Amino acid sequence: MNIIYFLIGCSIVIAIIFLCAFFWAMNNGQNDDMHTPAMRILFEDEKPDRKIE
Amino acid sequence: MLAAPVKTGSQCYHCGNENPATTYTFDDKAFCCAGCQSVYQVLAAGNLCDYYAYNDNPGQTQKTNDQQFAYLDEEQIINDLVDYRDENIIKITFYIPAIHCSSCIWLLEHLYKLNNGIVHSRIDFLKKQVIVTFKQQEVSLRKVVEILNSIGYEPLISLQDIVKEKQGSVNRGLIKKIAVAGLCMGNVMLFSFPEYLGLSALEQNYKVLFGWLNLAFALPATFYSGRDFFTSAYSGLKNKSINLDAPLALIIAVLLLRTVFEICTQTGPGFSDTLTGLIFLLLIGRWVKQRSYYHLSFERDYRSYFPVAVTVLNNGNEKATAISELQIGHRILLRNNEIIPADSILMQSEAFFDFSFVTGESAPVKKVAGEIVYAGGRLSGQATELEIIKPVSQSYLTNLWNNETFTQTQTSKNFNDTIAQYFSAVSLAIAIAAATYWLTEHNTGKAWDSFTAVLIVACPCVLSLSTPFTLSAVLGIFDRNKFYLKNTDVVERLATVDTIVFDKTGTITQAESTGISFSGNLCEYEKRLIASLARNSAHPLSLELVKWINSDIFYPVSEYSEIPGNGIFGKVDDITVRLGSSIFVNNSGKINQDSSGVYVEINGEYKGHFNIGQHWRDGLNTLFHSLKRKTGMHLLSGDTETDRQSLYAIFPSPQQMYFKQSPQNKLDYIKQLQAKGKRVMMLGDGLNDAGALKQSDLGIAITDNINNFSPACDAILQGENLGRLARFRMMAKRAMLTVKLSFVISASYNLLGIYFAVQGLLSPLIAAVLMPLSTITIIAFTNACTRFFSAKLKLR
Repeated sequence: MNIIYFLIGCSIVIAIIFLCAFFWAMNNGQNDDMHTPAMRILFEDEKPDRKIE
Repeated sequence: MLAAPVKTGSQCYHCGNENPATTYTFDDKAFCCAGCQSVYQVLAAGNLCDYYAYNDNPGQTQKTNDQQFAYLDEEQIINDLVDYRDENIIKITFYIPAIHCSSCIWLLEHLYKLNNGIVHSRIDFLKKQVIVTFKQQEVSLRKVVEILNSIGYEPLISLQDIVKEKQGSVNRGLIKKIAVAGLCMGNVMLFSFPEYLGLSALEQNYKVLFGWLNLAFALPATFYSGRDFFTSAYSGLKNKSINLDAPLALIIAVLLLRTVFEICTQTGPGFSDTLTGLIFLLLIGRWVKQRSYYHLSFERDYRSYFPVAVTVLNNGNEKATAISELQIGHRILLRNNEIIPADSILMQSEAFFDFSFVTGESAPVKKVAGEIVYAGGRLSGQATELEIIKPVSQSYLTNLWNNETFTQTQTSKNFNDTIAQYFSAVSLAIAIAAATYWLTEHNTGKAWDSFTAVLIVACPCVLSLSTPFTLSAVLGIFDRNKFYLKNTDVVERLATVDTIVFDKTGTITQAESTGISFSGNLCEYEKRLIASLARNSAHPLSLELVKWINSDIFYPVSEYSEIPGNGIFGKVDDITVRLGSSIFVNNSGKINQDSSGVYVEINGEYKGHFNIGQHWRDGLNTLFHSLKRKTGMHLLSGDTETDRQSLYAIFPSPQQMYFKQSPQNKLDYIKQLQAKGKRVMMLGDGLNDAGALKQSDLGIAITDNINNFSPACDAILQGENLGRLARFRMMAKRAMLTVKLSFVISASYNLLGIYFAVQGLLSPLIAAVLMPLSTITIIAFTNACTRFFSAKLKLR
């Protein structure tokens, strides 16, 4: 049963890594605009050859 | 490239407005005006026609578009506006009210195709702003703005830049605190489960470990996530008042102390689970409460209405000058539709000014040379020269902002803070009573147990959850009805107002009358004749007729004459045209003499008449009717008394109508009402109402377009929904009832908890179950109530 000490340690370390990742994303402004990226993804790719036609 | 007039009954390809009889065509596409067509041409030349692929008619009408951007060449103004600047690039955020669909995003993020100097542009859709980065050697700020203007996205540039004010409003801090609290709560729950389920003798050594781990998680939850409760409670106590955060801070402190005590002395598992759960839920409540409208500003003053700069004439040279640098004696040049920045003297023979936003006068005012014109008026007509006689901040209108009303911050106690005082007092009293009882029984352990347990259980956390959940749900309902409240406290104030003060122009009347119809027959040519004649008159009805006929071709007018109160006549294209009252034209008794409107006679022949619809807002009659029984109603207008008669018919308390009120009069009137103990709601739209809106207990700005300027207020209401005001207030009252009912429910949970607590029997398990249970009940209850009431009031 001593393995449980190791597992608890692992779980806390992983939780803290995720928390750090979340903090980084927040500070980076990734959650400031939740709306525009969802619309932006629907745009078609550029068609570079259109001008030549 | 020339636009040829073509007959179609279609929609404008650019803006989707109905095309006039003569449209502009380009590339086989029909446009309603030259503006829309030129936007299309710019986009076509830049190979950006995908703009039209994502949405049908994504543009905005370009009919009213004449802007001067010369001031954007001034170094000082540029430096005030930009976010970042070095020798190569400039980064600037523009607020563009026209942003409304995915085509807008697509186009504005492809600005680099229109000019190579633009490096990057990125939209924030909800905030309606675009951040543009450009190389300042290749393109000037003025050019960038002109490009935006040319494609129909004119940025709103004002002295009080609402874009920058909003930047700090995203509460990243609160989200981070919620994340930490959530993480702590999750882990504490995990480590507490063995305790709930009962540990066998074999596993007892884990108990100590789990206890210490729980304590370790409780610390960041308290000191990082829960810090605001302590600071808020402390600042409240410093001002000698108890707010809702005071009992919450006390409970958090007691929970932590007792947990530390139990873990250190190994006497129990502590209350880490309740503590972290409580902080997490409280923070969620705070987050729900923070509902912000990124595209609206409730704090605007005259600075965001006034232009950034005006043209100053200096020995015949024009120079754009920032408004703050205007001095007495400066000679300025004002163009059509520009706003007078400071009180000045008119230097040219005559000019018309639209003061509707400043004084409430609906008709344009004619001023002659040497007359004083007040700041805030909008020039309509030819460019004219003015000489400044007062600095911007000391002018007739702007002086209002020097009033003490604008320097005080009103704080009114809300329901929660009032309850919090009694709550804290009662729970402390019970806790002390329980402790004293056990002390007299010489049971110190039980005394300590019961004292802390009572405080824990009597937590008013439900209050701090039910209020934000209920009120923010109400805000959401109002939002769908185009009624935007500044924050949840406004709902409470809306529920308690007993007196309503209306402004007239723009508030209960529509800024633009749409109810024009013609009875009779007119051909296109005759319509143009009428428009050509009416164009010469500054009478509001003439202006509306010109707008309604919407012609681009005008004929020369000779022998023009205007008879005040009757009508106008003149020779248009050598045909005599008369417009005016029924007596004024020769109608040969064909129509009812009583009916009002503009009658038309062309070449001596009666043609019919224009019906000018009532320009009161929709639903005004029903609103007055439903309010009149229980609410005092007053009307303050800056306008002349011309509408007094027609208002008599609909306004329920005609003796409380006052005309020719200055902005200061309005403010003082509200103060008087408040001195009589009334709780006053003010409805207004213009700068002349700004003082009254600020002074009132609840100031609502009425607007036809929420992106346009509205003065500082507590709420913004779209004019079309003014008729629903009575229902909005009823909804607010019901919401406050819901909050009070939920308080009763939570109090009964608390009593149940206190029953265990005073006996010193409160186990961590009971506390941990009781708190989420009551929370879920309350949230479900408030949700059901708001849905029920809003459906009943038909607010969807």
